[in-house]
Amino acid sequence: MSVAENLKSETAETILSVNNIEVIYNHVILVLKGVSLTVPKGGIVALLGANGAGKTTTLRAVSNLLRGERGEVTKGNIIFNDDEIQDLTPNELVRRGCIQVMEGRHCFGHLSIEENLMTGAYTRKDGAAAVRDHLDLVYQYFPRLKERRKSQAGYTSGGEQQMCAIGRALMSKPSMILLDEPSMGLAPQLVEEIFEIVRDLNQKENVSFLLAEQNTNIALKYATYGYILESGRIVMDGDAKELRENEDVKEFYLGTGGEGRKSFKDVKHYRRRKRWLA
Amino acid sequence: MELLKQIFIEPFETMYALPDLLLQTLWEGFVSGTLYSLIALGFVLIFKASGVFNFAQGIMVVFAALCLVGIHALGVPAYLALILTLGVMALLAMSVVQFVMKPLVNQPDIILFMSTIGITFILIAGGQIIFGGEPKAMITEELGLPTGSSVLEVSGGIVIFQHIDIAAAIIAAILIAGLALFFNKTKIGRALRAVADDHQAALSVGISLEQIWVVVWFAAGVVALTAGILWAAKSDVSFALQVIALKALPVLVLGGFTSIPGAIIGGLIIGFGEKLFDLYWGVPLLGGGTESWFAFIIALLFLLYRPEGLFGEKLIERI
Repeated sequence: MSVAENLKSETAETILSVNNIEVIYNHVILVLKGVSLTVPKGGIVALLGANGAGKTTTLRAVSNLLRGERGEVTKGNIIFNDDEIQDLTPNELVRRGCIQVMEGRHCFGHLSIEENLMTGAYTRKDGAAAVRDHLDLVYQYFPRLKERRKSQAGYTSGGEQQMCAIGRALMSKPSMILLDEPSMGLAPQLVEEIFEIVRDLNQKENVSFLLAEQNTNIALKYATYGYILESGRIVMDGDAKELRENEDVKEFYLGTGGEGRKSFKDVKHYRRRKRWLA
Repeated sequence: MELLKQIFIEPFETMYALPDLLLQTLWEGFVSGTLYSLIALGFVLIFKASGVFNFAQGIMVVFAALCLVGIHALGVPAYLALILTLGVMALLAMSVVQFVMKPLVNQPDIILFMSTIGITFILIAGGQIIFGGEPKAMITEELGLPTGSSVLEVSGGIVIFQHIDIAAAIIAAILIAGLALFFNKTKIGRALRAVADDHQAALSVGISLEQIWVVVWFAAGVVALTAGILWAAKSDVSFALQVIALKALPVLVLGGFTSIPGAIIGGLIIGFGEKLFDLYWGVPLLGGGTESWFAFIIALLFLLYRPEGLFGEKLIERI
């Protein structure tokens, strides 16, 4: 197999690849300093890191929602299904099958749950009947939403709103969902429930996921691959299983490991010697 | 003591003694109230969907009416002229979005507000160049609007209902019902409410803000055209009409900048309020002429004690 063919077969299996992008806010604030990552078709990839590491910015760069925050991608490119997408509008991107579920859910509070879901179908052109069928499918995944379909979204619980946000994204018939902090502010049991649904969607509907999470533990449980971001750079990546067993990840993100630590002083000491920052 | 009696007792005695006068005043209040509501509605539509306080709404009323009369003056039949005017309003909506909203998106609200003042001047100048500045008569009869009046006898007195006023109230009601239906039952209407709720999220699900803006600016144009026809049918089409748009400001303060029911109820309250106040308190106590400022005093009181209005969200600081 020649090099070119080899490349081609590789891109055929990749749904999204982000190549060395740099993002600047307000023309001065450099937030992403060269981030690269790939999401295989049908994969669940986790983007991990602390507050302010650049997870949300990365997702927004892909979904092209940066402009609303006065940010722009100044270097690198983003390929979705073999096309460069960094200059497309979010509208066009959703039409092509890539949609973001924003951090903090962002349901339309004054609209009912069902209306919220229907807004997700805004870009679809395949007719009302198909949209109706799809709505039933979404209700199958989220039976709770069906019970509350007439309620104003603003008055539903956090978990229901998160489901509503994911369901709304599903209504656009996406091949890829960018999921930002689905666990935020939810009870552990609910988080589990939502991730189970994500896995279901991934397996049955063949939707690829790129998910940004602070909850490293659960994210690595459901993801197949993970990237760790720190101050705008990818500092580590690997199979989810590998990352789960990595000593540094355990220490810094999972809160386990780091045996032999006697006092808080040792922790600090260890942090300073953190390998991958050197 | 005498003053208190004049304030608290005599007006009500007059109301009781002359019910026909009261009824006539209420009717007039209702009619001007519906028109204030219509104008305020135009503001609310645009403010909700784009956070822009559209200073040009008043001149849009005049411009739409001018277009209609001007096109008709060229020999075009009235209904065709109406349709063509709608086309002009659609064109206006698209140009505003293309040349003002799109380049200025994400700029501070005050910049967008200033740009709508710019639009105002462009429309004034454009209107004068194309159609001339002199007042024109509205083509009321050609449009099939009634012109007569009916008289109702009430306990010895009479109340006069101008047919054009009745038509105005009905048309305003139909327009409002139509808009409500559009917002609640159609895909674009749903998207519009979504944008009003959370425009970032709307963007993220693939709703095109530009499309929505064109729709709301066009809707505001239709509302402006309706208000222009109905108002000008009672006077003339002239640039002086744009000052009635200033009356929409107190209506907005009263009803809240983001509430459509608020605009309607606020308009009616101001309409009833200013007519009643003028007749029963203004004339005997202050020598009349209170209609021009009554609404603004109400607005001032609201700004002092309930700045978000009757139905609004606390958003007024965004202007």
